[in-house]
Amino acid sequence: MAETLMFNALREATDEEMARDDTVFVLGEDVGHYGGSYKVTKNLHEKYGDLRVLDTPIAENSFCGMAVGAALTGLRPIIEGMNMGFLLLAFNQIANNAGMLRYTSGGNFKIPMVIRGPGGVGRQLGAEHSQRLEAYFHAVPGLKIVACSTAYNAKGLLKAAIRDDNPVLFFEHVLLYNHKEDLPDEEYIVPLDKAEMVRPGKDVTILTYSRMRHHCTQAAKMLEKKGFDPEVIDLISLKPFDMETISASVKKTHRVIIVEECMKTGGIGAELVALISEQLFDELDAPVLRLSSQDIPTPYNGALERLTIIQPGQIVEAVEKMVAMQV
Amino acid sequence: MFILQRFHDCKVELNKRGYKIASKICNNLDTTDSMAAERTVPKFDSSSIKITREEGLMLYEDMVLGRLFEDKCAEMYYRGRMFGFVHLYNGQEAVSTGVIRAMRRDEDFVSSTYRDHVHALSAGVPAREVMAELFGKATGCSKGRGGSMHMFSAQHKLLGGYAFVAEGIPVAMGAAYQSKYRKDALGDASADQVTACFFGDGASNNGQFFECLNMSALWKLPIIYVVENNKWAIGMAHDRATSQPEIYKKASVFSMAGVEVDGMDVLAVRAAAQEAVERARAGEGPTLIEALTYRFRGHSLADPDELRSAEEKEYWATKDPITRFADYLTKQKLATAQELKDLDKKVQEIINDAVAFAESSPEPDPSELRRYIFAED
Ligand SMILES: Cc1ncc(C[n+]2csc(CCOP(=O)(O)OP(=O)(O)O)c2C)c(N)n1
Ligand SMILES: [Mg+2]
Repeated sequence: MAETLMFNALREATDEEMARDDTVFVLGEDVGHYGGSYKVTKNLHEKYGDLRVLDTPIAENSFCGMAVGAALTGLRPIIEGMNMGFLLLAFNQIANNAGMLRYTSGGNFKIPMVIRGPGGVGRQLGAEHSQRLEAYFHAVPGLKIVACSTAYNAKGLLKAAIRDDNPVLFFEHVLLYNHKEDLPDEEYIVPLDKAEMVRPGKDVTILTYSRMRHHCTQAAKMLEKKGFDPEVIDLISLKPFDMETISASVKKTHRVIIVEECMKTGGIGAELVALISEQLFDELDAPVLRLSSQDIPTPYNGALERLTIIQPGQIVEAVEKMVAMQV
Repeated sequence: MFILQRFHDCKVELNKRGYKIASKICNNLDTTDSMAAERTVPKFDSSSIKITREEGLMLYEDMVLGRLFEDKCAEMYYRGRMFGFVHLYNGQEAVSTGVIRAMRRDEDFVSSTYRDHVHALSAGVPAREVMAELFGKATGCSKGRGGSMHMFSAQHKLLGGYAFVAEGIPVAMGAAYQSKYRKDALGDASADQVTACFFGDGASNNGQFFECLNMSALWKLPIIYVVENNKWAIGMAHDRATSQPEIYKKASVFSMAGVEVDGMDVLAVRAAAQEAVERARAGEGPTLIEALTYRFRGHSLADPDELRSAEEKEYWATKDPITRFADYLTKQKLATAQELKDLDKKVQEIINDAVAFAESSPEPDPSELRRYIFAED
């Protein structure tokens, strides 16, 4: 067991997979000599050379397209979005080419690639640098979408994503790179399509992902003291959802609160609510509640920024209200 | 061979050692981060122009305002008064001053990047409003919603503050199109505003740059593209990112004017800008100005700045545009050293006042969290 920070866990995953398979390579802005904006690729260029850790010009659409081409022809690219938001400039290549090309080619090609990098709100970086693209990309067919939340799952999930034969959007959070955990010495993989039971409970199911998981565990601690027993599930896979784990939980608690950092409209929770009401309507004792970010561009001012996203206190309140509801 | 031109200083070496060295410099996959030979900066003959004392002092004050403002920002950032990514402009002042002060204040448009404080100041946004924005206050030019990378002022025709690389280029082109539209489609002869669009060497490798050069040359738009080539895009050395490091030459492909200028010489920049402004106002189309410059600080206040060599930093420190221009002013007897010192003091007071204003300004009202989303708010 070695205590590892999340950015190093991601680095280890990349390093191990590059050593294991020489078709795996990293590309992006400042991934090489600079070591990545959050140091996930630090020193890898020295070990693997500049062609396997490729510093690209600031040309997101073109280098994402290039990665698709490399993937079609047998390589396994890992794109680092210096900030995931920058990949808005590559929306076309990610949606039309990474996402849909296998289908439009009638299965002629597969696209084994990973697109990873930081997103999220919380460092007063302003609207453009505080995005949650998981929601924007959610509708694109052909993409798998995962969000890591701890050093442990970050490492295991990234390894799984690199080995997956499909394009995987892999979301990290700017505020979690220093999350610390003891990691096993032996190799491990975390499956891309399984939700993680963070805290079993019986009163209410809290579905969450990425940084909000930590707000939920904070809230759960406060709720425990007040005598509540919430179940917290980290979705991990945002597309497809692990409906097996979700439905087992709903069948136990009959109440669902979704806590997400994306905006409410067209968010991850919106799709979840729809699925739950389609598949589990009879199990519900209360309407599913979404605690989401405000539908606004993230403001710079610190106090306004805090008001934009969900805080642990709001989760506590919501659980109290929902559990107290007579049915 | 263009390499010999480009790397003037290693000409002899190239000739002696031939292809191997030449390809080492050309091939971005091979180069090291250490200092590449500096480009020969075009010499500007300042005796070819005459400036008045007032002009000289105006240019000097504008540059000092930029410098001291940014120094204060660094201090305030480390004291926890401003947050997020803060990109300072130290070293590049001659470009902002040289271009923007050759334009009509509050009429001509300016668009910038995330490195935008000083462009805002040159465009006439009061230091108080820029500082208050950095403090996230309601009195900031973007009402505390934007922050360092999103300075805007409709009054001062500052189109922003664009945090994403190169995205300001098409927007600036839209403002230029608007001027042409008013003039030619609506017959408004007074619509002769020019737009200056600032961005970096790194941005010049983005598709939006090429697409906009094409359209603005095609439609003869009144726009000046100002590439502030400071040799680096965060940790990416310019020579590792582009197959043709002489950015101004890219203009020729689009049949538009392209000039290279010493970005540490405010008079040289001003002369190039005046010519470009004239061309634009006359309806003769766009100009690409490549200003060779350098940032004296890291990419942002969060950047450890480990890749740029000490040697390179020292080389550029000797080219400080402010000391250089102060020298010129005193040598030309346009101002005495004492007068310049007094100006420095005056500017420092403006900045201290801006900080006091920002400190005492109110935070945005939380009940207005959702304000400004739609036009009616
Ligand atoms: C679309 C996009 N990609 C990447 C970034 C991250 N980024 C911010 S500044 C920068 C370097 C830009 O360099 P340059 O254009 O030379 O301007 P300078 O910072 O030197 O003024 C990068 C890669 C971004 N802000 N936007
Ligand atoms: Mg630059």
